[in-house]
Amino acid sequence: MINSIGSLSITELKQEFHKGTVSPVDAVSLLINDIEKYDNDVCSYLSIDKESALKAAADADISKPLGGIPIAIKDLINVKGQPCSCASQMLKDSYIATYDATAIANLKSHGAIPFGRLNMDEFAMGSTTENSGFHITKNPWDHSRIPGGSSGGSAACVANGTAIASLGSDTGGSIRQPASYCGVVGLKPSYGTVSRYGLVAFASSLDQIGPITKSSADAAVLLSAIAGKDPLDSTSIDNVESNPLSKLNGDIKGFKIGIPKEYFTDGMDSNVSNCINDAIKTLESLGAEIIEISLPHTDYAVSTYYIIATAEASANLARFDSVRYGHRAQSPNDIIDQYKKSRSHGFGQEVKRRIILGTYVLSSGYNDAYYVKAQKVRTLIRDDFTRAFDKVDAIVSPTAPTTACKIGEMSDDPLEMYLADIFTLAANLSGICGVSTPCGFVDTDENKKLPVGLQILGPPMQESKILCISDAYEKATNWLSHKARQ
Amino acid sequence: MIDSKIDVKYVADLARLELTDSEVNDFTKQLTEILTFVKQLENVDTSGIEPTAHAQPVFNVIRNDISRDGFGSDSALKNAPNSSKNQFKVPRVVD
Repeated sequence: MINSIGSLSITELKQEFHKGTVSPVDAVSLLINDIEKYDNDVCSYLSIDKESALKAAADADISKPLGGIPIAIKDLINVKGQPCSCASQMLKDSYIATYDATAIANLKSHGAIPFGRLNMDEFAMGSTTENSGFHITKNPWDHSRIPGGSSGGSAACVANGTAIASLGSDTGGSIRQPASYCGVVGLKPSYGTVSRYGLVAFASSLDQIGPITKSSADAAVLLSAIAGKDPLDSTSIDNVESNPLSKLNGDIKGFKIGIPKEYFTDGMDSNVSNCINDAIKTLESLGAEIIEISLPHTDYAVSTYYIIATAEASANLARFDSVRYGHRAQSPNDIIDQYKKSRSHGFGQEVKRRIILGTYVLSSGYNDAYYVKAQKVRTLIRDDFTRAFDKVDAIVSPTAPTTACKIGEMSDDPLEMYLADIFTLAANLSGICGVSTPCGFVDTDENKKLPVGLQILGPPMQESKILCISDAYEKATNWLSHKARQ
Repeated sequence: MIDSKIDVKYVADLARLELTDSEVNDFTKQLTEILTFVKQLENVDTSGIEPTAHAQPVFNVIRNDISRDGFGSDSALKNAPNSSKNQFKVPRVVD
């Protein structure tokens, strides 16, 4: 009899179901035990609806692709009957989802059990999960450090063995960067691959839901379950792999892999660049051809991103007007006063800061200089990738320029925090896909080891190609066998 | 070309936010720094370049005009801070 399942992968738990060693009901009960034992320090979860999970487990059909597998959910994806607070006081204790996001409906039709609500930066705005309106989540490898963000809870629970796998969302790196900091696999699908219906919108032209898992094989399986064209999201596209594991054959001989020269600059931590250089050698030894490429507009990606993302956010977050849902301030003078007081009490600092920046760049007299200009530079950034992918199958870089920082180290300087997203956010601007997989560890002065992530970017709709590369790399190395919790 | 001065109080009003004095001070400092940084985009020649609104443009998404069940007012009102007579209730808007 197994007495803990939190460290198993999707593939491993499926095997246990088919061997009959555990049932889905056992699995959910054991997972609840694991969370009660191990989540007190790390604090990945905001809440767990035990009853509904156990009920779904009792009805689970293990013959389905994800039958009986509990999947933990970032707190901005609607699951009918469960809270969906986006880790914001705006929605705390007051909002229960009245419908399933399409990604959740797809998970359920594949037999999976949406399980628990995961901490995040409020409305997905942040890179550390310190901007949660509820509590701080800690990095499972070193509890004095941040797990990354905004999907910090989604990455920390998988690394801490308190979830089999999870869903996060990625607007500028919010899946890949925490996956990198926590030593797990995180995939941002190409724009449109996963329906955004039921995902609380941050920046609609950039947002994508994606999996955080213990292997690229798991990411492929989970992606194929949630992906698909959806009449409820007109930007969604048909990009579903019907047999997701068939392409992960470990063979990357002859693959052309590009190394962008603009990414390997002085700002990068030398420990991180050492790990990446070793990873590039490993890919070469597996038969890939390494080619230097250029992405000339790299230096402009952060500026472009923060104009576009905040502009879209300021429009999207206008829906929080305290009329239909959300926090409502008491005794307002009039309706305008009610909007203002409710929004000012409900939103945290980073959210207000970004709404104001976004409102400013869209305001009369500034719209052309900032927003339209940024959209034009976005075209150039996207063209850089189109040209690069004429020459190479995939592009490799670090996921983040450093390893996870200490809690509190970053929060005072928003610009510095934004600059840390340099390697990830161009993928969102360009709509391409990207995966982060662990490629080594850096020892700290306090005798801890911190994971480093390797980012592999691919052209739109080429998820199976980048997952083939990350899977081959994982099979050739043993980084995923290192566990944060012994 | 464009200054990086931001009147945070004015913009907050447009965004229906009410800020404390210390928030106004902090945001003015931080946003001025960010706007000064993003001014680097002025160095990029974008003449003749079309703006990108969506990275993966999808055109003419149409569907058959078939009626289907809506959300229902019970569901819609479930999370309302205040409701009455099957409607959302807000302070008086028109005198």
